[in-house]
Amino acid sequence: MSVVLEVEDLSVHFRTTLGVVKAVEGLTFAVREGETVAIVGESGSGKSTVALAALRLIPDPPGKIVSGRIRFEGQDILALADAELRTVRGRRIAMIFQDPMMALNPVYTVGRQIGEVLKLHLGLGSREVAAEVVELLRLVGVPAPAERALQYPHNLSGGMRQRVMIAMALACRPKLLIADEPTTALDVTVQAQVLDLIQSLKDRLGMAVLLITHDLGVVAETAHRVIVMYAGRKVEEGPVAEIFKAPRHPYTQGLLEAAQWDQADGAPLHEIPGTIPSPFDMPRGCSFAPRCSFAIERCQREVPALSDVTARHSVACFVAQGETA
Amino acid sequence: MSAAAGETVLEAVDLVKHYPVKQGFFAPARQVHALDGVSLELRHGETLAVVGESGCGKSTLARCLMRLEEPTRGRVVLLGRDITDLNKRTLRGLRRQMQIVFQDPYSSLNPRWSIGSIVGDPIRLHEPHSRTARRAKVAELLDTVGLGAQFMERHPHELSGGQRQRVAIARALAMNPAVIICDEPVSALDVSIQAQVINLLKGLQKRLGIAYLFISHNLALVQHISDRIAVMYLGEVVELADARAMRSGALHPYSQALFSAAPIADPDAAARKTRIILVGDVPSPVDPPTGCRFHTRCPYQQPVCTTDAPALRPVGERWVRCHFAGQPGFPPTPASSRPIVEPAPLDS
Repeated sequence: MSVVLEVEDLSVHFRTTLGVVKAVEGLTFAVREGETVAIVGESGSGKSTVALAALRLIPDPPGKIVSGRIRFEGQDILALADAELRTVRGRRIAMIFQDPMMALNPVYTVGRQIGEVLKLHLGLGSREVAAEVVELLRLVGVPAPAERALQYPHNLSGGMRQRVMIAMALACRPKLLIADEPTTALDVTVQAQVLDLIQSLKDRLGMAVLLITHDLGVVAETAHRVIVMYAGRKVEEGPVAEIFKAPRHPYTQGLLEAAQWDQADGAPLHEIPGTIPSPFDMPRGCSFAPRCSFAIERCQREVPALSDVTARHSVACFVAQGETA
Repeated sequence: MSAAAGETVLEAVDLVKHYPVKQGFFAPARQVHALDGVSLELRHGETLAVVGESGCGKSTLARCLMRLEEPTRGRVVLLGRDITDLNKRTLRGLRRQMQIVFQDPYSSLNPRWSIGSIVGDPIRLHEPHSRTARRAKVAELLDTVGLGAQFMERHPHELSGGQRQRVAIARALAMNPAVIICDEPVSALDVSIQAQVINLLKGLQKRLGIAYLFISHNLALVQHISDRIAVMYLGEVVELADARAMRSGALHPYSQALFSAAPIADPDAAARKTRIILVGDVPSPVDPPTGCRFHTRCPYQQPVCTTDAPALRPVGERWVRCHFAGQPGFPPTPASSRPIVEPAPLDS
């Protein structure tokens, strides 16, 4: 299958009064046609920065893409002129955000907001736009779409708003959908509806999905491949089944065990001691070493590089790579 | 004033909380039915979880039990004493038996105070200790929650989310309460930190025999931590059961859907399990549906459900609010995980 999005050696830094925050360091990954790739990580892991960088939405200043390449269908996103970029953004790559209330404009009807995308990117006339808006709302499972199109965001529930966001994102039949925590603000039963919707639309429209999330349950149920990030770096990548069954990086292992809530009665949960390092005071070697129970002397000195476990599974850890103290 | 094992420490009797909403200047005020006749009892040393989606009334329940909100009707009984109508002064004395830990450790700690003052404040208010005795007690509490006395001079902004939640727990422990109400205590924390806080809470319970009323929307977590689970929908308890019984299957169609919708971090189990996708959203609590409140979304609804409101009734060891619970084969195991309403076909 052909590669839709290709990110190579991406580094994004933010300049702050306290110093430089290396939000993303040397990240390489690809998303293929029709595939769902999940990026998981906790707060501060840099996962949302990746999503923003892919659309060149990093606010500059204070942020800056200091190195790397982002290619979408062979086109270098970082080299595009603004006018060309606009033909990619929203049209060939669409994005949905965590909080649909923040992403929708409260003073326009949802129909008008969806219609704007169609007018701008596809140049449709107003009659066609109106018909297509209703069609899109029906597509994402909004009941009574013609009436809903005339309502304002505050008239809709959280789940309905997220459906409107998805309708807007899909208006131009994008090749890639970037979903940044699309269900975090939603209730469980509505989350199930929205995930199911994204899944079935992905299959029917043949688009690729880059899913940013902290929820391992969501990853297990929707993604093909998973990229685990910690403190700005990719620490492990592989097919979902393999990562969940045989995680190699101690952080991935810890994360999965910490989420094993349904294990034996009364047994304490596995915990990862300590906290994520401060971005202003990053360890010199592996950034997970201070919390890692397997850390050896080399982990304190050097940042481990990624190496292959199997053809599609790679890990950045000296110990997992067979090194001993 | 400590309760023995099995004894009820906190009881809600038919609690009702309605909030008036004005919809227009001349329109009659309408009511948000946040809680409608909730009765629960919390026993010594147990964890009772209250789960449900936003708007189901679980946080209102917590606030009414603490009397941070005045219930419209019903009673709250703490350690055998009816506290519903107590005046503020008497209540303050009793509040030491009942503490609360909030969801957001960023807004529940005063940013201007040192950690020592935050944890020491309840002691200062309730017990006439000397300064040194108080500091010793605070140091001990900070040790108990795994922080250590060196945190005493620090301020909340210097702490991570997990550390702040430990401070909130230390503050709640300061009065040796019989009950701690935990309102989504870990949902603002990262997964690896959640486990730390949950283990801490469980360890404290084992040592000190505190009862937890644990409010959460994280169903997997709730099954891990609790002894009993109450499922709420639109201001009512729809099912109350042992956590172990709930794990083997819910009896109310809503609890069944709720637990089936919770994503599990195991691709094999996820592939085996059938997700029940409910249609539509939770109806507005201003205008709850007639009959069974769940009937508008229930995949198994019958004519009787639209007219008659079912009572919460015992079914075996559990309590269920459904006309059909307990009948053989109900609720049926869903055959497919596809949504009940397919999105319209795609043209072009």
